[in-house]
Amino acid sequence: MSRTASRALLILLVAAATSPVEAAGVREFVSSDWSTQIVRFLTLQDASVRFALIGSVLLGLSCGLLGSFIVVRKMALMGDALSHAVLPGVAIGFLWNMTKDPLAILIGATIAGLLGTFLVSAISRTTRLKEDAALGLVLATFFAIGICLVTMIQRLPTGNKSGLDKFLFGQAAALSAEDITLMALVTTIAVVMVVAFYKELLASSFDPGFSRSIGLPTRWIHHGLMLLLTASVVIALQAVGVVLVSAMLITPASAAYLLTDRLHRLVVMAAAFGVGAGMAGAFLSFVGPSLPTGPLMVIGASALFSAAFLFGPRHGVVARWMLRRRGAARTQRENTLKSMFHVMEATQFRTEGVTLHDLAIRRRETIDDAQRLGRDLVRHGLATLSGDALYFTPPGRKRAGEIVRNHRLWELYLTQSANIAADHVHEDAEKIEHILGESVVRDLERRLGYATFDPHGRAIPSARAIHGGDARREGGNGTGK
Amino acid sequence: MSEPYAPLEIHDLTVAYHKKPVLWGVDLVIEPGRLIGIVGPNGAGKSTLIKACMGLLPLQSGWVKFFGESFHKMARRVGYVPQRESVDWDFPVNVMDVVLMGRYGRLGLLRRPSKADRIIARACLEKVHLLPYANRQIANLSGGQQQRVFLARALAQEADIYFMDEPFAGVDAATEAAIIAVLRELRDMGKTLLVVHHDLPTARQYFDDLLLLNMNVVAFGKTAEVFTAELLQKTYGGRLTILSEVAQALGAHGASR
Repeated sequence: MSRTASRALLILLVAAATSPVEAAGVREFVSSDWSTQIVRFLTLQDASVRFALIGSVLLGLSCGLLGSFIVVRKMALMGDALSHAVLPGVAIGFLWNMTKDPLAILIGATIAGLLGTFLVSAISRTTRLKEDAALGLVLATFFAIGICLVTMIQRLPTGNKSGLDKFLFGQAAALSAEDITLMALVTTIAVVMVVAFYKELLASSFDPGFSRSIGLPTRWIHHGLMLLLTASVVIALQAVGVVLVSAMLITPASAAYLLTDRLHRLVVMAAAFGVGAGMAGAFLSFVGPSLPTGPLMVIGASALFSAAFLFGPRHGVVARWMLRRRGAARTQRENTLKSMFHVMEATQFRTEGVTLHDLAIRRRETIDDAQRLGRDLVRHGLATLSGDALYFTPPGRKRAGEIVRNHRLWELYLTQSANIAADHVHEDAEKIEHILGESVVRDLERRLGYATFDPHGRAIPSARAIHGGDARREGGNGTGK
Repeated sequence: MSEPYAPLEIHDLTVAYHKKPVLWGVDLVIEPGRLIGIVGPNGAGKSTLIKACMGLLPLQSGWVKFFGESFHKMARRVGYVPQRESVDWDFPVNVMDVVLMGRYGRLGLLRRPSKADRIIARACLEKVHLLPYANRQIANLSGGQQQRVFLARALAQEADIYFMDEPFAGVDAATEAAIIAVLRELRDMGKTLLVVHHDLPTARQYFDDLLLLNMNVVAFGKTAEVFTAELLQKTYGGRLTILSEVAQALGAHGASR
């Protein structure tokens, strides 16, 4: 797909450089500076702007909606193959009565698209080739035939005004009132079908085997979805172009997939993203430099995807990075608490506080480092700093005891129950101590018969000691805050 | 239970993949209220048998009847737990969504799950100790919990005969105990359960009856009667029986045509 797309872009650039007429942008229909263009776009005074905008909204909606299902069904490449496979059908639909009759083109393209998908499944079913190879084969063959047919039509005496070249890269401004009517019809049918058969689509996408076992007509659902998909590819074709239309299926749905864990939200979000990308494409194509709408829409959708990828609240790169960083900071604080505990343990808890000097020696760090760590504890209410000595606050003392207990319990568990040598368990316990929850600890204590000493002979702090003589247990994995 | 017909009757069932038979001439009559284990070596056709019964695979010959009728008519009375690996656990659904799918067969086209369906789904989750996880995305579950979600979905089907494909595969001991408790409870309610299982020692403890399978039925009967060294040897030993050699040849013949 990316190769086809880049090659197409190259052709486009050459075409744009050599013949300005071919460099199709909405703007070629009206020419003035961009600020008045914005006003013209927003006031919708031109019919071509209205059609372009409505068309973009409709195609964004239907592509986003149906794209959701091909993404969750892992059929994204099928969308790509389908969009290329419809091109010969577009040409034949045109040849039917030598005009750009939207209905004839829709019918021709749908037949070609379904034939293409049929061939893909026939090849992968009857030969040893797998679906990816079959998709590649069918996609290229149909696209090649389509290009030849379109070129031949362009050479016909009446053909050069056919506007079929718009089907390659897309031109929303070329949409006519009939096109819009058809787009509205297809989009309405798509919305109605998805709403009506949402339950069946959900079940058959998640678990086809189970769905068939409860008597859902999974094969018909698949064929129905492919038919709707073909129709929505065809209506999107004129505005987005054969080369890029699959991006309008895949990109909004992929962005939504990164943002939600429920299919119905994914579908709604993908449709909204499709509409947003469509409108952005139409707008930029109108006010910006003479560029076709299709690539601009796709860039808009890709921008949405990038935003979801980077800033998604749960699966986003930034969110995951923050979470890791917060986790690392917490681990560091807990390690400082543990070091304080160790220092105090060495004096049999005869001293109240821990000097920064002792902490630094214990941690084999500089006094400055110890001070920095101490201040971090103070900031989180885990210790107080008075003079050059750190004192536990009650929550700090509790957490320190828990961490030391977790560490020693885990070491004991590994040596006793997993038969790991006592000198091999420390590293593992260093990590585990921070993540053991209270219920796991209870379980460990029970399994180890409430042992009081770890494999190295050091005391395991009891619940009493941890809670400062108060045996009341507070549940949950302490957050150290 | 005054059912005139057996919950499941299989007659001369043959199933082939690409013309190569994987199950040959299976004849079976299953009694109601039995917990039946299907055991046999890899490639013996255990999953194929239950999938073929439910029409998920085309039959080369033979027929299958549920309560005297075709599967199509009786689909509502048949519950199914597919293999856990058969689905994508990153799919955007939560635990409740999956369990509610168990109700879809009863709902029919166009109808949405009602409040009553949700109550049933919650009760099924409770039975497998997963109610606190109802709103979790399914990727955030352990393997054992995922397996129990599938079991809860099957319970929500409120079927009379259940097929389960390796429900104990890769689960922890606690889950295994929870699952077997649920299966026994279903059996005691008069339901029939056919469970594909691949661990022989536990198969002996868990199941009332055993179906020893290796391309055809080696033995079928009470566990105590068929769990014998001789029959197990017959099932597992000597993979290259005449049957599988001929099947191999048939596959080659089919492919060359």
